[in-house]
Amino acid sequence: MSDWNWSLDGWIVLAGMLSAVSCALPGNYLVLRRQSLMGDAISHAVLPGLVIAFLLSASRAPLPMFIGAVIVGVLTAVFTQFITARGKVEEGAAMGVVFAILFAIGLVLIRQFAENVDLDPGCVLYGSLENIGLSVAGASELPDRVVNLILALALNVVFLSLFHKELKLSTFDAELATTLGISARLMHYLLMVVVAITTVANFEAVGSILVIAMLIAPAAAAHLLTDRLWLMIVLSAVIAIVSAAGGHVLAIVLPRWCGLGDRVALNSAATMAVVAGGCYALALLFSPSHGLVAKLAHRVAVAVQIVAEDILGLLYRWQERYPKGAQPMRRRDVLAAVGGRVLARGALWWLHRRGDIHLLSEQGEPAVDLAPAGRQRAAQILRSHRLWEAYLDRHFALPADHLHAGAERVEHFITPEMRSALANDVSDRTTDPHGKPIPKEVAE
Amino acid sequence: MSATRTNSPIRAAFDRKRAVWAALFLYAIMLAYPSISFSQNETATQLKPATWPTRAQIVRVVTMRDQNTWIVVAGTTMLGLAAGIIGTFAYLRKRALMGDALSHATLPGIAIVFLLVGAKNAPQLLLGGAATGVLGILCVLGIRASTRTKEDAAIGIVLSVFFAAGMALFSVVQTQPTGEQAGLHSYIYGQAAAMSKADMQRIAFVAGLVVLCVAVLYKEFHVVCFDRAFAASQGVSVTMVDLLMMMLVVFTTVIGLYAVGLIMIVALLIIPPAAARFWTDSLTLMTVLAGVFGAISGVLGAMVSALFKDMPAGALIVISAGAVFVVSMLAAPKRGVIAQALRHTNLSRTVARQNLLRAFAEIEEREGEGATVSYQALRGERGWSQHALNKAIAKARRALLVTGDEQGGFRLSTPGRKAAREVLRNHRLWELFLIRYADIAPSHVDRDADEIEHFLGPEVVAELERALEERRRIPASPHTTVTEAGA
Repeated sequence: MSDWNWSLDGWIVLAGMLSAVSCALPGNYLVLRRQSLMGDAISHAVLPGLVIAFLLSASRAPLPMFIGAVIVGVLTAVFTQFITARGKVEEGAAMGVVFAILFAIGLVLIRQFAENVDLDPGCVLYGSLENIGLSVAGASELPDRVVNLILALALNVVFLSLFHKELKLSTFDAELATTLGISARLMHYLLMVVVAITTVANFEAVGSILVIAMLIAPAAAAHLLTDRLWLMIVLSAVIAIVSAAGGHVLAIVLPRWCGLGDRVALNSAATMAVVAGGCYALALLFSPSHGLVAKLAHRVAVAVQIVAEDILGLLYRWQERYPKGAQPMRRRDVLAAVGGRVLARGALWWLHRRGDIHLLSEQGEPAVDLAPAGRQRAAQILRSHRLWEAYLDRHFALPADHLHAGAERVEHFITPEMRSALANDVSDRTTDPHGKPIPKEVAE
Repeated sequence: MSATRTNSPIRAAFDRKRAVWAALFLYAIMLAYPSISFSQNETATQLKPATWPTRAQIVRVVTMRDQNTWIVVAGTTMLGLAAGIIGTFAYLRKRALMGDALSHATLPGIAIVFLLVGAKNAPQLLLGGAATGVLGILCVLGIRASTRTKEDAAIGIVLSVFFAAGMALFSVVQTQPTGEQAGLHSYIYGQAAAMSKADMQRIAFVAGLVVLCVAVLYKEFHVVCFDRAFAASQGVSVTMVDLLMMMLVVFTTVIGLYAVGLIMIVALLIIPPAAARFWTDSLTLMTVLAGVFGAISGVLGAMVSALFKDMPAGALIVISAGAVFVVSMLAAPKRGVIAQALRHTNLSRTVARQNLLRAFAEIEEREGEGATVSYQALRGERGWSQHALNKAIAKARRALLVTGDEQGGFRLSTPGRKAAREVLRNHRLWELFLIRYADIAPSHVDRDADEIEHFLGPEVVAELERALEERRRIPASPHTTVTEAGA
């Protein structure tokens, strides 16, 4: 990082952050409304609008460009809506039809007027973030593109805070919004206008591919992390900022790590998008509420608990069958009875740690016996199991040999309240339908 | 936030506090605008007129005298054919935009193979592209299946992140000594004009594969598209068929990258099937039509790009396909927009005419056959606007169902009376049916009958007669007192 140059790299990171945040903010609503691809569609479709604005105004002044882009952006939404509604074409396909045709028209226009249009199709895709510090405007000392980005960000912040209530309502409950007099369709088109403006403001600086990535990835990642809208918006902005900074650092550092030398620098806009994707992947894996790891851990925990309860029930029944002076059950048999896999070993270890079972050695063979705490717990499980059997037997015409399998599954999910309700229902019974005694409730 | 109910977001936006904020913001923009409207290149724009080709050039291109033209046209035609056919199945499986993710995701694969192999070696580059393309699709499917992220966001993330990774890798490729001709652009925008004979043969191979697979496995593809559960029960391996379809889409996309570019190939997979869908409800016909539309777009686009210098063939092919789509959407006989609009107009005319006739019939019922009916009486009969009533009267007079004029009052003609009684009878039959069999209060049946009376065919009327044991006369109104009390 020795050759970090604030007048170059600083501008790049700043511009990247501004653009990332200005995209991420409206992106939240796109993701929640399942219209993420509208961002993709609009950022492709605005091309002809830009070219025409360019031809008519003969300059790169931002205002005509914004107007051209907004018109075409709204047209994209209108056409898509029209084709979906009138042509009964599926929405995704309709979007694909519209943006591809508009993009193609834009390309042809660029080629046709190549001498007049200072737009490079490549630049539209990946921008020219590297040159951002080179064009410092005289008066303001800010590069023009940075000014554009600040304006776009300000517009988005103002839009989102002015229409916060309307956007929220029409996103989560369009019918309610309509009954309250908020036109969901108008909000849709307003959002599309904002997306179009954001896209254009970001074009020159970072290119459309980073716009698409920043519209969707930070918001989708934030959506995996929280269920609150305001927190999601804040998190998406933070993720966008981290992606922009991290992306530029990665662009400088990665080639050196790969031994490519100083001469090679990656395209910063591209690496920013990749880092945003990486942030999404991290959220996907490690989000505490919706992450894959958390889900997996939860499932493993439940599975272990179920196996552990099965082991306790097994040992309890063993003692029931051999009441006096019985030999403890062999570890081997316990494992075999509950499946004998890794889960069963884990469950045994966990039960032992909790003090529910004793691990013994019986004639050189490892064996398992219930500890008092485990016996109490097992009695509760067996009570649930047998109460459920008794309940099923009373209220459903099931043959006696069909009761056990269902109860075996349900016993793990019967809460104390439910147990007492069941006990009230079958209070006259002291045994289950198979004649086994129902254990007494143990006071906590 | 104020709790006042507001009528529109516009008005809501301009209640006091917001209005101040909005005004401040607009003012800030106005202040800032002069400093940012940097007009560096103030060159006056002169639109360059397109150089129109001469007649000789047109003949030369259309008859494909040049071998190069022939190769390009043949290649794009077969590509359009293959994309249209396999796109039909992707379209019906509602995977239209999956192709978008797929085509963008091919870029990193191409770049990696380029960095590893070092030179431009088309088949290997394409295989690399296919590999990361499939990886991208799997990411979309995995994200969709295992998280709360919806498909649209999954597609967006995959396409932008994979594409960006490809761009980053290509910026390394550009610094390689052999990298100059690698050209990121040729994959993004396509280079149909530079198509070699080998490229064309590869396209021919893939197109042949697509046609062959679809022809041989047509039944399986068909049933998997429409009813997966039934397909599984018939012993079709849904997963394998899905996988095969996906691989064919991948091959078509990858082979099309170099010809028309990665955005345009998505369009070729979507637009022809969407256009074909307007013309038919039969899968066979739709598949054939989509193939034909794709091929036509390929021919047109390639030829026009051969005629005009510098015109990107990919974009022209997509515009041709777009033209086919627009024509299909407008002009298709059953599902087309124009046909629908015509049907709608016809229907609302029939409804207006029948409403007018029923009004006459009801008045005649009260005042005797051949009664002269004043305009005011007609207006009072239903809640129609003056404009709608005038139009209906004018139409009915032109059809000779009604005679007379506004001063002297209107009267039913003989055929008009017959039709009017028919309508009234249908209305009453339905009302009676609702009262007797659907247990609806007499005061509530009028509205329901008003809507349904226009759609009762002869069979339904016969059935109603049987159910209600009604003979030819018009049943009396079940709610005379109610309507009169209401009126």
